[in-house]
Amino acid sequence: MSTKPPPGSAPEVGPADGFDPGSAYRRSPSVALRPEPFGALVYHFGTRKLSFLKTPQLVDVVRNLERYPDVHSAIAAAGVEEAQRAAYLKAVAGLAASGTIEPRP
Amino acid sequence: MKLVDHFQYGLNSPICLTWELTYACNLACVHCLSSSGRRDPRELSTAECKAVVDELQRMQVFYVNIGGGEPTVRSDFWEILDYAISHDVGVKFSTNGIKLDKKRAAQLAATDYVDIQISLDGATAEVNDHVRGPGSYRTALRALENLAEAGFQQPKISVVMTRENVDQLDEFKAIADKFGAQLRITRLRPSGRGADVWDDLHPAPAQQRRLYDWLVARGEDVLTGDSFFHLSAYGEALPGLNLCGAGRVVCLIDPVGDVYACPFAIHENFLAGNVRSPGGFREVWQSSELFAELRRPQTGGACGGCQHFDACQGGCMAAKFFTGLPLDGPDPECVRGFGEQALVARDASTEIPRSDVDHSRSAPRNSRGPVPVTIGVGSPDGPSARPDRACDTSPLAGFTAPA
Repeated sequence: MSTKPPPGSAPEVGPADGFDPGSAYRRSPSVALRPEPFGALVYHFGTRKLSFLKTPQLVDVVRNLERYPDVHSAIAAAGVEEAQRAAYLKAVAGLAASGTIEPRP
Repeated sequence: MKLVDHFQYGLNSPICLTWELTYACNLACVHCLSSSGRRDPRELSTAECKAVVDELQRMQVFYVNIGGGEPTVRSDFWEILDYAISHDVGVKFSTNGIKLDKKRAAQLAATDYVDIQISLDGATAEVNDHVRGPGSYRTALRALENLAEAGFQQPKISVVMTRENVDQLDEFKAIADKFGAQLRITRLRPSGRGADVWDDLHPAPAQQRRLYDWLVARGEDVLTGDSFFHLSAYGEALPGLNLCGAGRVVCLIDPVGDVYACPFAIHENFLAGNVRSPGGFREVWQSSELFAELRRPQTGGACGGCQHFDACQGGCMAAKFFTGLPLDGPDPECVRGFGEQALVARDASTEIPRSDVDHSRSAPRNSRGPVPVTIGVGSPDGPSARPDRACDTSPLAGFTAPA
């Protein structure tokens, strides 16, 4: 399992956006995930915002982030197809922006 | 499949649940969707309410909309509020403001996970009090003042849109801005006592158009409870869930524990079960036949061929039901006018259903089913004539005058 994307295939999101898929993240401790048929409902107890994880694979990514050294490997481990990788990275970047996930201390 | 399509088939738990704690109310608003007024003697007890909270926590229902009646007239309201918040069930409660004095406002300002919604149905006392009763405008504004003074962050001002107040939208927004509040506007439904006034109070077609244009132009930070999705057929879809969520993502628990498909559908046809029955609320939500039916794919019926069906989904189930229109036809306020045509086409043979739950003070005491009442005076010769406690004889028994 590769932990880094090959050079040249770096997604549009990166450290410049405050999100670095090459580093370690975790689900925010303020966030609860409720399993639903489409994926999961996300509730952030801090911001009181509801949001949705729209595929079971994205739920796996978020749940298991903590077990991987970086976002790329969590996405790979969830069995995301290569063609979908960019879309998942974008979704995960959005989750970082909303505080659903956060850099692991 | 789009998220909204998943929602049609129902979720493991509701996204948002309305819980009316009491039918008792100090007001008698003419359009009250739950025909509130008098307390129902079968109301859930404090312990039963806490058990409902426990269940909601287990089901990961992260917040509830508490209403009534006027929920704050329950003496255990603050206890239930604290219990919910400390069990990961955030609370947004609707109130007419009657109990929000300076002390309560300060207490609430210091509490996390609580939102407050003050009902106001006119931007002026004249328009508001016509619907909500004399003095109710002053009560609401005083509550808003107290909350602002206590530093409570962004309460909501909740407005039901009527023919008399649609043209006050800018004024409502100004009131909200003045008190650091967020404006929330919702649709008038012909539910509860609303059925009696809907013909006169629902916005006229031209007003609906102005309301829609206002929402598109100025509605960015205005909440709507997603209740105007029938107006999406004017063009641009309004933000939010453009779908009837009844029994799919929302439902109502009423004061006696009955679970209805939505807060606007208090009628036995939409009664899914009761939280007091075995299995509690979870069983009702996950296994009731009614909810299973509502989660089946719906056909557009008479609206199926309409180019706007995707936008409005046929509108509001409760609005159709309580105006005697078929549920698979147009909404009575269909923006293309098909609802109006259907209303005109009703005749003497059209049955217009009425809720069989009415706690109005003006109505006979007629909550569903007979309410057992024991009156303490029996036959003078019978055993029940003898009072079993001193207080039955003298209203002052046990009363000790203060020293």
